[in-house]
Amino acid sequence: MSEFHLYMAQRLSALVMAPFVIVHIGVMIYAIQGGLSAAEILGRTQSSAFWFAFYGLFVVAVSIHAAIGLRTILGEWAGLRGGARDGVAAVIGLGLLALGAQAVWAVTA
Amino acid sequence: MKIARAHPLWLAYLLHRLSGLGLALFLPLHFWVLSYALNDAAKLDAFLTLTEMPLVKAAEFGLVFLLAVHFFGGLRLIALEWLPWSAPQKTWAAAAVAGSFLVSTTFLLQAI
Amino acid sequence: MPERDHLTVTVQRGGPGAPMRPQTFEVPAYDNQTVLDVVSWIQQNADPTLTYRFACRVGMCGSCAMMVNGVPRWTCRTHVSKVLDGNAIEVGPLRNLPVIKDLAADMDPFFDKWVSAEGMHHPTRTRDDAIEAIDPVAMDRQEANAGIECINCSVCYSACDTVAGNPDYLGPAALQRAWTLYNDAKDANRDAILDAVSGRGGCHSCHSMGSCTAYCPNELDPLSAIAGLKRATAKRFFGGRKG
Repeated sequence: MSEFHLYMAQRLSALVMAPFVIVHIGVMIYAIQGGLSAAEILGRTQSSAFWFAFYGLFVVAVSIHAAIGLRTILGEWAGLRGGARDGVAAVIGLGLLALGAQAVWAVTA
Repeated sequence: MKIARAHPLWLAYLLHRLSGLGLALFLPLHFWVLSYALNDAAKLDAFLTLTEMPLVKAAEFGLVFLLAVHFFGGLRLIALEWLPWSAPQKTWAAAAVAGSFLVSTTFLLQAI
Repeated sequence: MPERDHLTVTVQRGGPGAPMRPQTFEVPAYDNQTVLDVVSWIQQNADPTLTYRFACRVGMCGSCAMMVNGVPRWTCRTHVSKVLDGNAIEVGPLRNLPVIKDLAADMDPFFDKWVSAEGMHHPTRTRDDAIEAIDPVAMDRQEANAGIECINCSVCYSACDTVAGNPDYLGPAALQRAWTLYNDAKDANRDAILDAVSGRGGCHSCHSMGSCTAYCPNELDPLSAIAGLKRATAKRFFGGRKG
């Protein structure tokens, strides 16, 4: 993955997420009215193909975006270089993907 | 020797970086809490009752702010890089939208 | 009459082999003093071992660039009254460059990166061909003209925090130079320029913090030039106009 490809992945994942962020915040503002409960959340998301696809794609995009962003911070602020930096960033990306997939499954299964 | 650097675009850069970092650190926690929904809805409910606490509501607002700032800052950057607009226009555009977003979000959350 | 009769000037001394340490001098204050005047006074009257650079002393060559109270500036064009912190000034070698001695920084890395960014012309014609007519108001010519006054003083390079955090980053001056040549209608190999600025430390490492444009003494705009390079590489990726 060249620096240019990482840059493009970062920008494109950001653009993909833009409408997702708006929808997600809108849903949160709606959901938070009258307090939060597991039943209310699951009532909306459980067995929903739409929310599965929505949050599934969101998780993929954010895992890519956050991993590349953190890779930059690891390089410029923590002094990591080369394989070590790429390795840590990859682990972060995969970790977010795994945790996120688990969360998506938990609320939409 | 201290370096003088607090000009507007630099502050925007710092805000963008710190908001991204904050969101990236929050995200695993967010995913982990939600994953209780499948096997332990009672534990999820226990976490969710925490959201009634004022401190948690403040933290939630902080997170929404970080997301808004990062989101609009990011759109500003992509516009700066990929669209043939001049720099001040974009900064103002982003500032206006971010400001209005913040105000409206505050209002709506206050209405809860 | 000046408002004060002396200035307290702290100068960074040292180099490889001798750790950098501050040394303070009391310098007489005069009307219409520049920071270069102050540094010269120290070397001529207080400590002849102080090493510093200057040449034209009229704001054309960029040799006198140093850190003044944390800001990279041309010291011959920095009036003392504009930067005094009470009675005090701090002067140091340009940031982000190795120090040769005291206030003289090693410009080699700056120039090496200038070359690495492929800021060179790729000719389309020979001496036997007619000279190509260039329209001075064409968009690409205006883009190029915006950056060609760069005198390689390294102020932008020293101001940039990305240069500080990323040793591979080519820096604003080198990238701006590449952009001016990319916009030259006579150039035969724009792809080579885009390739050169797309590697590790290329234009995509820029975070648009804008210190380069904020501090350029020639009022150039590397920030926009680098954005232009990003736009050009993105366009090429999506199958747009090739070099």
